Amino acid sequence: MALIEVKAETTGMVWKINVRQGDRVSEDGTLMTLESMKMEVPTLAPEDGTVKEIMVKEGDPISEGDVIIILEV
Amino acid sequence: MTIKKILIANRGEIARRVISTCRKMGIKTVAVYSEADQDALHVREADESVLIGPAPVAQSYLNSGTIISAVRETGADAVHPGYGLLSENGDFAAECEKSGIIFIGPPSRVISDMGSKIEARRKMTALGVPVVPGSEEAVESLEEAMELAREIVYPVMLKASAGGGGVGISIFNSPEELEKGFQNIRDRSRLYFGNPTVLLEKFIESPRHIEVQIAADQYGNVVHLFERECSVQRRHQKVLEESPSPFLSGDLRDRLLASAIQGARGIGYRNLGTMEFIFGQNGEFYFLEMNTRLQVEHPVTEAVTGLDLVEWQIRIAQGEQLPLSQDQISSQGHAIECRIYAEDPVRLIPSPGTISKLAWPVGGVRIDTAVEEGSKVSQYYDPMIAKLVVQGGDRQETIVAMNKALSQTQIEGIKNNIPLLLNVVRNDGFIRGDYCTDLIAGLQSAAKKGR
Repeated sequence: MALIEVKAETTGMVWKINVRQGDRVSEDGTLMTLESMKMEVPTLAPEDGTVKEIMVKEGDPISEGDVIIILEV
Repeated sequence: MTIKKILIANRGEIARRVISTCRKMGIKTVAVYSEADQDALHVREADESVLIGPAPVAQSYLNSGTIISAVRETGADAVHPGYGLLSENGDFAAECEKSGIIFIGPPSRVISDMGSKIEARRKMTALGVPVVPGSEEAVESLEEAMELAREIVYPVMLKASAGGGGVGISIFNSPEELEKGFQNIRDRSRLYFGNPTVLLEKFIESPRHIEVQIAADQYGNVVHLFERECSVQRRHQKVLEESPSPFLSGDLRDRLLASAIQGARGIGYRNLGTMEFIFGQNGEFYFLEMNTRLQVEHPVTEAVTGLDLVEWQIRIAQGEQLPLSQDQISSQGHAIECRIYAEDPVRLIPSPGTISKLAWPVGGVRIDTAVEEGSKVSQYYDPMIAKLVVQGGDRQETIVAMNKALSQTQIEGIKNNIPLLLNVVRNDGFIRGDYCTDLIAGLQSAAKKGR
């Protein structure tokens, strides 16, 4: 078991969170959708795992590089 | 009546574009701006400016009440909506009409009709303009969608009736895929557009997008200003446009232009507008939608016709006849526009931030932009930061000029799509004029494989 930090790929806000703590996710599954410059930016799971912690909530402003989800893989 | 002062209900390069024509015509300008745009160039260049709210567009550039108040306060006679934002909002145009403010665009009724894909389709069908085979009405149930899809043959496409700019579109290759995705599309439509209504259409494979610029006055004169080829797209949004289209031969072009005029005349269009068409591989074309405003890519048409389209908009809005008749309008040479986006060129992810270094190409390039060195590109607004437009005697010469213009452009501090645009203008298919809307997706997957 290892923990992976999933980071925001752009500066903007959290539009929609698609997973809950404890959910099992597969590689390339959408974890959340960010919004920046009027575009949706999906955040995908880098590998199969379990959502350990969600660091943001919908509507939160975020900066590129912020840790938004911690996955246990 | 003669317009003396125009309030520009927009921001960025298009606000500056309108200001420049107003200056030429001796018309005073009023800029509106959000708190994020206090230092913006359009604010500095306008004769007056009015702060209309905080950065998010819903609280500033989309706040029609505040904007109408700003028109009253400043005594402007007219509003120029630019593109995007309130430009295709029929209610805003109607509010202007009610308040005795000239809305520089078509009548509000036409905006509302063309804003509904169902209504636009119905009107064009009645006028004999070809439309893509598909549902005349909203598709309410999965059963209905499955039956229609069988009739018009897969692949089919579901799109949000209230969507636009490529948002809310999904493609299905089989009944199984449609069955799986139908409800999801309705949910997304409700979420993003506040309306779950979806339409089903035949999906045209490897399509081309070609649009026709129309101008119409209140006296029943309607002309076209030729076509723009808009098939270079990413995420269903245009990235590069050119005119003339390399795909159109004499007869096909004539039929396209005639269809566009027929549609615009039939709906009682007024002012400048664009009829968008989709072309299949066999050269069959269908009406897609009408944009009831100035297009982002209007400079391409200005380059080949030598006309000022914003001046035409203002003249028509103040009740003049069209400045020229059809036989006085001609297209010379070739023009290409590239849209510079603040985004990662490979992953196409937005890249807001501060421009630390900026150098534009020199000589013979039209640069429509609202940024300069030190500008902050805000996460709240569209990622397009500039348009480069070049023209030449023929298409090859113009491609060479664009290649040079892109190579000379230096933008640091934010990511931008110039590497992608360079890949486009250096692509063999593009250079031959043999490409469709899949071009960028093809380049992207080649780039990913190469890494």
